[in-house]
Amino acid sequence: MNAPASRQETARTDHAVPTGLWAWRYIILRRISQFGILLMFFGTAHWGWQVAKDTPLLTGNLSASKFIGLIPLTDPFAALQIFLAGHVLQQESLIGAAIVFALYLLVGGRVFCAWVCPVNLVTDAAGWLRSRLGIGTLVHLSRGLRYFVLAATLAISVITGLAAFEWVSPVGMAHREIIFGLGAGFTALLAIFLFDLLLLKHGWCGHLCPLGAFYSLVGKTAQVRVRFDKDTCTHCGECARVCPEPQVLNLKKLEERGYVFSGECSNCGRCTPICPEGSLKFDFKPLIRGHLAADAIAVNRRTR
Amino acid sequence: MSQPDPNRREFLVRMAQGAAIAGTGGLLWTYLLGNESRAAPYALRPPGALAESDFNAACIKCGQCVNDCPPHILKLEPAGGDLPIGMPFYEPRTGACIMCPDIPCMKACPTGALSPNLKRIEDARMGLAVIDIENCLSWKGLRCEICHRECPIKGKAITLETHPRQISKHAMFVPLVHSDACTGCGICEKACPTEVAAIRILPHKLVQGKIGEHYRLGWTFDTEVTQDFKAAPQAAPSATPEPGGKAGGLDYLNSGEGL
Repeated sequence: MNAPASRQETARTDHAVPTGLWAWRYIILRRISQFGILLMFFGTAHWGWQVAKDTPLLTGNLSASKFIGLIPLTDPFAALQIFLAGHVLQQESLIGAAIVFALYLLVGGRVFCAWVCPVNLVTDAAGWLRSRLGIGTLVHLSRGLRYFVLAATLAISVITGLAAFEWVSPVGMAHREIIFGLGAGFTALLAIFLFDLLLLKHGWCGHLCPLGAFYSLVGKTAQVRVRFDKDTCTHCGECARVCPEPQVLNLKKLEERGYVFSGECSNCGRCTPICPEGSLKFDFKPLIRGHLAADAIAVNRRTR
Repeated sequence: MSQPDPNRREFLVRMAQGAAIAGTGGLLWTYLLGNESRAAPYALRPPGALAESDFNAACIKCGQCVNDCPPHILKLEPAGGDLPIGMPFYEPRTGACIMCPDIPCMKACPTGALSPNLKRIEDARMGLAVIDIENCLSWKGLRCEICHRECPIKGKAITLETHPRQISKHAMFVPLVHSDACTGCGICEKACPTEVAAIRILPHKLVQGKIGEHYRLGWTFDTEVTQDFKAAPQAAPSATPEPGGKAGGLDYLNSGEGL
């Protein structure tokens, strides 16, 4: 964590590596978000939480839900599979899918993975334990495999007439069984935990999950991204060490674009507090473009 | 011939490897899905549910019908159960449908798996009540009749019929279910006092036969007798003409082959 003195001298800003709770802020916020969403569903289903008389707070689950009795929300990937399985969805679920889709187009598709998905709790736990125990990798899989799983999901939905992933999804199982009653779905979570812990680092979320692959494609237009400051970066590699998708931190490409542009980035925010130079920070894409333009002008002036 | 581009070659091999993993996995996956969707034919679905295969395709497994069910009888099947995963069902013996007139479960469904074409709850066909007459108290000669009294559509879905009792001069009053009115709500099954219910709700396809188009019940009131019967197809022109030369029905006894 301690950068050599020479590096700190060259840094443009006198950035201090945050310590204590502040360094954990995104992890804490993500857990609040994940548990909060789960709690809203659970409370509505079991304790009848409502915002007013006969308007439940958040009914349903992550597949489809209704917020304050008014706003339909639908998993766009589930809706796509059901459509391919041969069912014409009713208007409500189409509107819900459009709302969720638009939201993730804006904030980044895989924000779902890091801030909403309940399986993330399991895989994060496995990842943490794995690094603690120093377990090596047994299986090697390409991170591109998930896109093949995604294609297979869509093809199988057409062939079988069933929403292929929804029938086996550990994400759906976990969520349903927490909200609507226990079953064998937790064995699927256990399997993912063991796979991630013992066989392959970030195995499920980073290599296999077709929902993550779907949201990676959605995430290409994200307007909230991690900005990269090439002038202060010392290439220490701390960010890539904690990143669950380290391929998105390809420094050469980051220097060209000035921000983490890959849809596979889940905006989890692990890299931002850990960067000793503060070179990585959340920002809005239009603002990032503005910064880059300003930098370019400054460079022009200097070289003139 | 130009040298093969190693990058291109590597790319193609990687694509083939990915496709191979997804393909073998996909076959296994398809097999699992087939098994899961056929898991058990006896699931009773909420009112308005589409036919089985359409319902399997359309249900998004969100549980909004479960949350909106006033008597809380609907459940979502967890993983590893007997029924197809994640979809709503009810078990009449422990929780019967109370047939809410406004059908809140159907209204909660976002995808249309519970079809909004169902306007009246009386038109729902969730299942059909079936009586085990060997264990029915009424068929034992007792004046039970609880299913008839509890039936929300009594007199239409369940009627009481008289049935002679072997040597006694007193008739038995036995319940009879009529499929043209029974919604399958299951209140009869819930109310049945025997240890294991003698009246039970089952999906129609497990219990209902089909008479077939070729039977004409000539003695029923609304069936036209003989006048609009078509002659047997011209397949047998050599058949002997019918005596008297009347418009022919089909002579089942002598020329009914292939029926």
